[in-house]
Amino acid sequence: MIFTMAGTTPTSNANIGALSGLKLGKATRDAFGTALKDLGAEFPNVVTVDGDVGNSTRTEVFAKAFPERGFNVGIAESNMVGVAGGLAAAGKIPVVSSFAVFLLANAYDQIRMSVAYPGMNVKLVGSHAGISIGEDGASQMAIEDFAVAAALPGMTVICPADANSTKAAVRAMIEHKGPVYMRCGRIEVPEIYPADTKFEIGKANQVRDGKDLTIIATGLMVGIAIDAATLLAKDGITARVIDMHTIKPLDEAAIIKAATETGRIVVAEEHLMAGGLGSAVASVVVKNKPVPMEFVNVGDTYAESGDPAGLLQKYGLTAEAVVAAAKKVRSR
Amino acid sequence: MTAATPAMTIDQLKDAAKAIRRLIIKITTEAGSGHPSSSLSAVEVVTALYFGGFMRHSKANPRDPKRDRFILSKGHAVPVLYSALCHAGYYTFEEIMTLRKLGSPFEGHPNMKRLDTMEASTGSLGQGLSLGLGQALACRLDGLDAHTYVMMGDGEMGEGQVWEAIAAAAKYKTGNLTAIVDQNGYQQTGSTHQVLDLTPFAPKFEAFGWHTQTINGNSQEEVVAALTAARKITDRPTAIISQTKKGFGILPVLETTGDLNYHGKPLSKELAEKALALLA
Repeated sequence: MIFTMAGTTPTSNANIGALSGLKLGKATRDAFGTALKDLGAEFPNVVTVDGDVGNSTRTEVFAKAFPERGFNVGIAESNMVGVAGGLAAAGKIPVVSSFAVFLLANAYDQIRMSVAYPGMNVKLVGSHAGISIGEDGASQMAIEDFAVAAALPGMTVICPADANSTKAAVRAMIEHKGPVYMRCGRIEVPEIYPADTKFEIGKANQVRDGKDLTIIATGLMVGIAIDAATLLAKDGITARVIDMHTIKPLDEAAIIKAATETGRIVVAEEHLMAGGLGSAVASVVVKNKPVPMEFVNVGDTYAESGDPAGLLQKYGLTAEAVVAAAKKVRSR
Repeated sequence: MTAATPAMTIDQLKDAAKAIRRLIIKITTEAGSGHPSSSLSAVEVVTALYFGGFMRHSKANPRDPKRDRFILSKGHAVPVLYSALCHAGYYTFEEIMTLRKLGSPFEGHPNMKRLDTMEASTGSLGQGLSLGLGQALACRLDGLDAHTYVMMGDGEMGEGQVWEAIAAAAKYKTGNLTAIVDQNGYQQTGSTHQVLDLTPFAPKFEAFGWHTQTINGNSQEEVVAALTAARKITDRPTAIISQTKKGFGILPVLETTGDLNYHGKPLSKELAEKALALLA
């Protein structure tokens, strides 16, 4: 039998940022692949290790330019991460990539034992994160990657919001000594940053200022948060929008400042409630400057197949949902 | 600079093996926990590697990029490695007697962050061969002739990751990688034949494209011969199926306990004295 589910209204394009006049740019995974290739000559120790999805994660761009430095170990994520650990132990800077869920869920023990515990200089890049990957469905959607990656001592966790910041993030990730997990997305996202933007791990970016509340967002949700700020402005509410591109270590100063200056916080992420950015921000707020908070995220559920815009709408990751959360947090 | 360690003769290796066995008994009994029987089966291989002229290593610079590498994937057998390194002068007896004690870098399983002689942090079984493959690939990229040895347990071969690594090493034809299966016949809850029988190992490695040898791994002569032969294979990875006895060297003592597996427990002081007498 077919189990019936509540219908959605499919739309072909998520149109993120359109309300705010932002131009649609490349997907972060595309920016990652190109940026990595561009750094290949400058960083001769960079190598890639793939689990046969390099044409999806875009490491193939690097591997085609530097074929002797690109390893495809087949559909074997555990070995993929282990090989990276060994390469790093011998001085290489391995960039390991797969769909975020296969990287972090399939090879978690290897990430823990062969990368994080010994502090190996391995860069883990998970593409196809979040529910916005669309039609492939829940099995391919990482919605718990922040939680499991950030749980590991010594792991840095980043999630750039657009193509230009991804390019800068790739350099920051390579220059950082130690294990890093970077989340990338599949769909095109709006351009938020100029081409020459910098990416400083652990230092959040304020992308809109406001005084009535702060929306702290990451990844795809940054563009949606900017749209929410645009909508709120029509109601005379000014929202500060912070791009919290580093989930760990968290920019506590930016959070405390936002709590102090705007008195209300909404956290928006394409992730489960459990162990996500919202939980991390809340622990900083509660400890330092308790203020009312609301959370926009996937909640405690798996998503399903569908078009990206329809999925974002059905699972409550829209500018309208952020506006509703903002109004609710203002009413408390 | 890492220099080739002068190779001991077979008789000297046998004496070294005996000394290493004594250290294994002493440090695990002192610790009051650990895996002496899993360590004892591996002694001839580890002794040959460190003292038989196979591993180029340097106390002055343990992380010299040109060194040969030994990864103990069956990390619970780390007393054999601490004892061999003590015998080689890396650590004093007093230092390794702190095994498993709070504050000691000689932890229950290898921790490469605390000891620069450890090539990997192991203890979750199945991961060492992948790490060794990564090291071998990196050495090849850098044009180093360094060799990487990985020792796994036969029970450990139940981990799927091991077979992923075997396949990948064959793909990349890592002639600078040697896997040693310490086939001591037991795992935690019983014999490997009862728990998960993956024997015979050699045909499985061969089917993936590896060169293999199957030897009596508690014969110092056979171990030296096998390691010598393995170094001559340069066009593909090699596996040495090292058939051993768990607790080799003190089997008469283990027989009195009625437990020839004797997994994950130290000898009592009384049994340790009997074992040391056997190894005198």
